[in-house]
Formats: sequence, C-alpha cells, structure tokens
Amino acid sequence: MTNEVTLTIDGKQVTVPEGTLVVDAAKKIGIDIPVFCYHPKMEPVGMCRMCLVDIGRPVRDRDSGEIVLEEDGSPKIQFGWKLDTACTVPVSEGMVVEGMTEKVQQGRQEIVELLLTSHPLDCPICDKGGECPLQNLTMAHGPGESRFIYDDKINFEKNVPLGDLIWLDRERCIQCARCIRFQEEIVDDAVLEFFNRGRATDIITNSEPGFDSYWSGNTTDICPVGALTTADFRFSARPWELKNAASICSHCPVGCNMTYNTRREAKSGGDIVIKRAMPLQNEWVNELWICDKGRFAYHFSDSEARLTQPLIRKDGKLTPTSWEEALALVADQFKNAGEGLLTLVSGRLPNEDLFNLRKLTEGLGGKSGLHSYMAGGDLVAQVGLGAGSNLADLGEGDAIVVIACDLEEEAPVWWLRVKAAAERGAKLIVANPRPTKLERYATEIIRYAYGEEVEAVERVAPLSEADNLVVFFGSEGIGLETSEALAQACANLVAELGRVGQPNNGLVGVWPRANTQGAWDIGFRPGFDLAEAKVVYIAGADPVGDDPALAETIMQADFVVVQELFLTETAELADVVLPAQAQTEREGTFTSGERRVQRFYPVVQPRGEARPDFDIAAQIGAKVGLALKGRFPSLVNPELCAETPGYEGLTYQRLAEVSDQWPIVGRGDLYYGGTGYENKQGLGVQLAPSGGYKVSKVSRQDIEKPDGEVIAVPITLLYDRGGMISPSEVLHPRLPEPFILVNPQDSKLLKTTDGMVVGISINDGETSNVVVWEDERIPAGTALVPRSMGVAINRPSTFEIRIAEAAAA
Amino acid sequence: MAFLPERARVDELFKGLWITFKSMFEKPVTVQYPEVKRPVRTRFRGRHVLNRYENGLEKCIGCSLCAAACPADAIFVESSENTDDERYSPGERYASTYEINMLRCIYCGYCEDACPTEAIVLEDNYELSFTDRFEAIYTKERLLLPVPEEGKPTPQEVPPGIFTRSVPVMADPTD
Repeated sequence: MTNEVTLTIDGKQVTVPEGTLVVDAAKKIGIDIPVFCYHPKMEPVGMCRMCLVDIGRPVRDRDSGEIVLEEDGSPKIQFGWKLDTACTVPVSEGMVVEGMTEKVQQGRQEIVELLLTSHPLDCPICDKGGECPLQNLTMAHGPGESRFIYDDKINFEKNVPLGDLIWLDRERCIQCARCIRFQEEIVDDAVLEFFNRGRATDIITNSEPGFDSYWSGNTTDICPVGALTTADFRFSARPWELKNAASICSHCPVGCNMTYNTRREAKSGGDIVIKRAMPLQNEWVNELWICDKGRFAYHFSDSEARLTQPLIRKDGKLTPTSWEEALALVADQFKNAGEGLLTLVSGRLPNEDLFNLRKLTEGLGGKSGLHSYMAGGDLVAQVGLGAGSNLADLGEGDAIVVIACDLEEEAPVWWLRVKAAAERGAKLIVANPRPTKLERYATEIIRYAYGEEVEAVERVAPLSEADNLVVFFGSEGIGLETSEALAQACANLVAELGRVGQPNNGLVGVWPRANTQGAWDIGFRPGFDLAEAKVVYIAGADPVGDDPALAETIMQADFVVVQELFLTETAELADVVLPAQAQTEREGTFTSGERRVQRFYPVVQPRGEARPDFDIAAQIGAKVGLALKGRFPSLVNPELCAETPGYEGLTYQRLAEVSDQWPIVGRGDLYYGGTGYENKQGLGVQLAPSGGYKVSKVSRQDIEKPDGEVIAVPITLLYDRGGMISPSEVLHPRLPEPFILVNPQDSKLLKTTDGMVVGISINDGETSNVVVWEDERIPAGTALVPRSMGVAINRPSTFEIRIAEAAAA
Repeated sequence: MAFLPERARVDELFKGLWITFKSMFEKPVTVQYPEVKRPVRTRFRGRHVLNRYENGLEKCIGCSLCAAACPADAIFVESSENTDDERYSPGERYASTYEINMLRCIYCGYCEDACPTEAIVLEDNYELSFTDRFEAIYTKERLLLPVPEEGKPTPQEVPPGIFTRSVPVMADPTD
C-alpha cells in the first residue's frame, strides 16, 4: 500500500497518497489551482507556468533530522524564494501550499498577461468561446489590463487544416502541448509535434494524410484555447446555446458514454438537430475519451435518406402508405405464417426492441435469428467479466490476451485501455496473423496462420501465475463457424484459471455491433435457415447488403418485412418497409461487450412517421392478439429484466445512478479535465456472469484451402463504408476507397501491382472494384478484404481477380 | 343682488378665458402625426438595424453575443463560414440567419452593448405595427441597411488574402 501524506493547502488539511501532485491534492478538496498544460490523465510537464503556488516545507534540523519548531510549538515552515508549479511538485509530509497570497496572485497575473501577448481577440467567433479555459482563467486570474501594446501583437496563420477533421488556428495556440502529449502518451499516434522555436513555435502534423489518427477529436476537448477545433462543429453554434442529452455510442461494443449537443436550427426547418457529440465521463468504460467514429459518425440520424413513411409493395413498386394499412398487412401475414416466421435482428437494436421482437416471434411460434459474423455471446454470458470490472484496474501481475483482433480498428477505446494496462505492467499477449498496433505493447506476440485461431489460443502459455486474466476475441479473418470455435477456446482459457465471476477476470467479445451481447443475452442466435422461412421479418439488419447472394434466398420467402432507418438493399426487396426511429430519437439500453448495461436518452425528435422498433413489435402484437408492452421502453424494461437471465434486479433507476469520478470534469472544471461532460445520467450496471461453463474440447473446423491458391479473409476496419458511417459527410475524406491487402509475393501470383484497380469476385459472386495494396506484413497466401467496404465477404473464401472487368468499369 | 356672481368669481372666469384666448395665438406643441414627425433624441432606442461597412460587407460576424445578452430572448442567430467566393462579412464567420422578434423585444439596447463590431444598433424607427405575429419577426434581410453607394451587395466575391483575420480589426478594442 502507498503511504498517505498530509499537507495543508490554503489553510485546509488534506491527506492524499504519496506521489500525488499538489494540483491534484488541491482539486480533491475543492481548491482550484489554475492550469493550462496539466491534464490529470497525462504526465505533467510544467510548461505553461499557470499553476504557480508558494510551497513551504517544514525545516529539519541538520544534525538531528528533527523538525524545527516555532516558539508556539508549530513546525517552522521554510518557503521557497521562488514560486513553484503545483503540477510538477509531488506532495510531501507537512507541506504548506499557499495559492491565495499576493505573491502568487501576481505571479499568475503575469503568466496570463504573457500568454495573452499574441493571443488574438477572436473570442466572439471562436468555437471555444464560452467554454474556454483561457477565457475563464483570464477572468479569474488575469490582470485586467495589459502592459503590451495591442498593435505589437504578432499575427500568425489562421485556419490551418491539420487534417480533414481538425482545424488549427496558430495565433490562438498557447503551446501547452496537451494535444502533442495526448497523441504520444495516451493514444500512441505521434502525428503532432512542435516546429520552430520561441515565438514562432508551431504545431504541425507529420503524417500523410494530416493528423492521421482515430483520436483527433479528443485534442479539441483538451485544448485549453480555441486553437484546435473540429470541422464538424465549426461555427455552427455557441456552446452556451446548446442543450445536451446523454447517450451511448452505437458504433462498437465498448459502449462509450456520450453527450449529444443539440440546438434548434433554422437551416433544418426549425428542427432540433445534433450539433456535436462530446465524451461523457465514465471511468469504467471510456474514461474521458471517444474515438473519431463515435464523435463524427452520428449523422445517420439526421440523414435526408432516412425512411419517414411505411412503404408497401404495390404493382412491384414500394409506395408510401399509412401505418394502419402496413401494420394490418404485416399482422395478417404473420398470423398465417406461424412456424414459417423468421425474425432476423442485428446487434444494432437496443435491448427493449430485441425483447419485444423475441416475444412477438415466440408468441406466433416463429423462429428468430441474429445476423452476425461472430459467435460466442452465450459463452461471454457465462464467463464474461465479473461485476465491478474496470480495465483501468489491470496492471502489474495481471494478464490480457487479445486474439484475432485488431483492437484499435474493432473497438478503439478498449485498445486505449488495454494499452494503458500494459504500460502499467500487465502482461499483454497479442495473437494475430499480422502485426497490429497493439503489438507495440505486447509482452508476447503469437503469430499464426489464418484459420489456426484455435491452435493459437492453445499456444498461449499457462497463465496460472496471473492475478487477473481478461481475454478479448475478435473477428480478424474468421467467419461464424471459426468464431464459435475460437470463442470456446477462449472461454476454456478463462475457465481453466477458475476465477470466473471475479472482477477483472473474464472473456470479452469484440462484437461487430453495439448491442450484439444484448441480442445474445435476450436469446437471439446466429445460425438460422433463411431458406425455410415463409415470412421473413428483418429489423435493424441488412443481410443482403452484407451478402448479395442472400437476395435470392430472401426472395423465395412469401413475404418480407423490413424495419429500418434507410432503404437498404434488403429493404428494397421487401414487401413492407417500416420506418424505425434512430437510437438518438428514443430511449433504451445497450449491453456492452463487457456486459455493462447502459441507458441512453432521447436526443432529437423522431424523423417523419418513424416509430421505435419495440413499439412496432407491440403494435403488430396487438393486431395478432399478443399483449406486448409498447409506448415506452421503461414499460418494456421491467419485463425484459424479469425474463432475461442475468438481468434480474436491473431497473432504469439503477442504470441512472452515478458516483464521484476522478478526474473531475464538467462545466466549472473544464480547464482541468477538458470540455467533456460530467456524468449525471448514469454509469450503467455491469452484469455478473452466470458461470456454469464446463471446459470442453473445441471442435475445430479448419478452413478449406486448396494448395497454391490465395485465400480471401475478412478483416474489420473502423472506417468502413457501412450504412451507419457513410451518411456522415465530414468523415468521407477519411474513408478509404475499397481495397484489398496482399503480400507482394501473392500480388505477383495474382498478376497485380501495388495500387492497381482490379475487379474481385468472392466465391464466384458479384464483381466489385478494389484497389490492391501490397504489404509485406500480410501473411503469404491470404488477401485481406475489409468488411462493409463494398465487397461481400463473411468468411475465408476463394476469390478471383478480374483485371479486365475493372478496366471496363 | 344675491343672483349676481361674486366679483372674485367673475375675475377668475375671465382669467381662464384669457389664457385660452392667448393660446390661440401661440405656436401649437402637438404635431400632425403621421404627416409630421418629431425628431427623436440621440440616445433613443427604436427598431434595430444591422449595419454595413462602406464596401457593402456586413458588420455582423454572427457571434450570437446579442442573443446571449438579450433578456427577453428575442434574438436568434445562426452562423456560417465566409469564403472568398461568397463573402458576407470581413471575418471568418457571418450570420446566415438573424432574426429579432419585435414582440418580445423590450428595447433595452443590451444587444447593442454586447455587439463587438457595432453591427446591431437601435435606430430611430418606432413605428412598429403588425397584422400577424410572423410579421413581427424581423429577418436579416429586413434588418440590414441598404448597400451604400460605393459598396457592393453581399455575398461578394473577393480576391484571396485580403480578409485573413477571424474578426475584423477594430481601431480601438479597449473602447
């Protein structure tokens, strides 16, 4: 255990662990020491000098080492002759810190005056204006008047695009290096650096394309001035005009807490629209950070392409109709279908919707299925992380295994937290056929060939020494069958250690969708037979878009109902298309990969006549004689929690509970933790795994691989061209053209060259154009094909390169 | 002679009539409104206008500070970014929507005080009457002053490199 140290700050006594910095100790007792460059999540550098304090230490007698006492018996305190920076000085016993004396105040005043020498008077139009630490601290500690001559201000370049997403205003920068340090220390994308010296110091990006990082948006949150702003929010509102609503990111299984800032907008016809997405603090999930996909890819909800009316097929064409007519037709067909009904969902839907859809299907005697390329959710429910887990608690003595997963691409915030754990000393074993960014921190790297995932798990050395073990399994290069085997192998690895149910131990699925785990928990499973279904009911999934070969199978069904946000390729084949509300328009819960159930709130008004999925299911239910709860998710949730194993005792109230978090962020403290939001809407509840898993031998299905041929394997990218990300135009420059990655050797074999555009046909399917990129790190004999990038691939497959067709296209 | 009024009473009657008679030859204090209008005082606060520079560019930079200062929540501002091909104001940003609801406005002039570029000014016009509520919402087009003679209407196309500041440089920012 660390020793506790007691010190006095501004006359208040505080006891903190040894090694705590004075600035943090003060914050803990509510004393604000102003900072610009210091950030509680990063190493201190003492660059801005704003946190000046007068520090005194007890005087010790040189000979005896005893503390010298004053006449009144109190210890004699010796103050330094200069002021110290509170952000670089660790506390010591008996220390006395003065932050309110005239000497300190004058020191701070001079620092502010100096910082403002060339800071422009842009506040009226600056995007940071209103939530700007420099503004606030100038008001609090500034001299009020400057001795510098206004006309002597040096003008620098303004509006420098650092990348496609972030703008830099050189004049406003106060060289605190928070952005540079964030990129280096926290996310290890050292793409920003200082250039030049003295007054000419400038932030530059050294990557091509500029600011090439998945984390760039976070630098705008921690920038203490308006030097870094996002292209998305640029000039669209002033911070004080925004309202905020808590939400959960819907793009990956991490379940980052977010705040959507909204405003009523004339440009959008007077509707309330989302102006920006900001991180919401949850130290158990995303700490203070969100990735750029979460921050910028929310535009699916305000897309013009959204469905706003029910559509019904008349004379071969989908034509708008009323809800009444559409629901009556659907209910009619469902009643007749009976066992022939197949309800197909994806992990995009919230728990309440999934629950109602399952109840409806069960009530009618139909079957249900989960559209997913990953399996193993049932195992995660058994051996998942124990309640009270926090990846931030992992450190020395603990072990983390990441297998078949490029964690930064599949679940960025987990990457960040696993990396931090490895830096704290946790043993990190990364098993992947090709190098990933996480390997920089790995203590052990297991390289295996695609298709040998299960063997790779078996190659993981016994981890019985480890205090805690967390295993992540992903979807790199595997299809559903292999995923099942891999999940089982990983579950064995966790269960063999015998610590299932304990905090910080367990299996985590790096799922393709935000609520895939919830779908498993509620009872949806992949592995359904589409061909047998007479009536297909698809909600929140686009199987045809993912695999055009399924179109024919779906068309064989007598009746197809699709419930969607957009007119997807699946919806185009449907007999009835029902417009669903986006996640931002309604309430609900998601279950993250760590099995944390979290609640999100309505942010904007529903689009057109769109209705929430759970309510549509309830309305169909009412027409076929099934009493399902509709209207509000809060009515569905109690039934869901009562009937779903592991969810017992959960209530909306419990999900909305909050507790104190460190570091302190939020409106009054934005100079300290950045402009991210304080969590007042709920931290969610982590479910306990059910246990009861028995270690058993994994039945393995190797991929068939003809000799001498190159096999196409699917990989997952953060920036793909899926339906949820492509409506966000701000991200378009960052979305790559469809491509495949091959080893230069294989490229020769395929008669392609680096950068060549070719046609590719997977399993003799449709031909689509892709760019061939050669990469030596790709194992020979495989071509990596990203999912959701215009090439349908869901498992390792044979493929054909058609050079001539690409040229024609 | 009890039926005759007292002497004092008669005196007063004529005194009053004399004042009336006298005022018949004085200059009247009333004016024939609306044909004749009285000039307002220099610090009078009437309907707002949005000013332009002499070159025709709008002074408003869309900062929303007027809306923030407004105690009646009468002002709505939405801003967009200027480009050299389509320039409305000298800075980076201009008000793409600017509305004042004159039914809400209490003519306190806080917006004027808050404006960093002296774009919004409460002028002399006090003749505000509406036949419906929507008419009371003054849009940017209605608030903007006409383009000065030597100026060009907005948006203007300007050569790059002239307007490089975020907010137009003001002569005396300490004022």
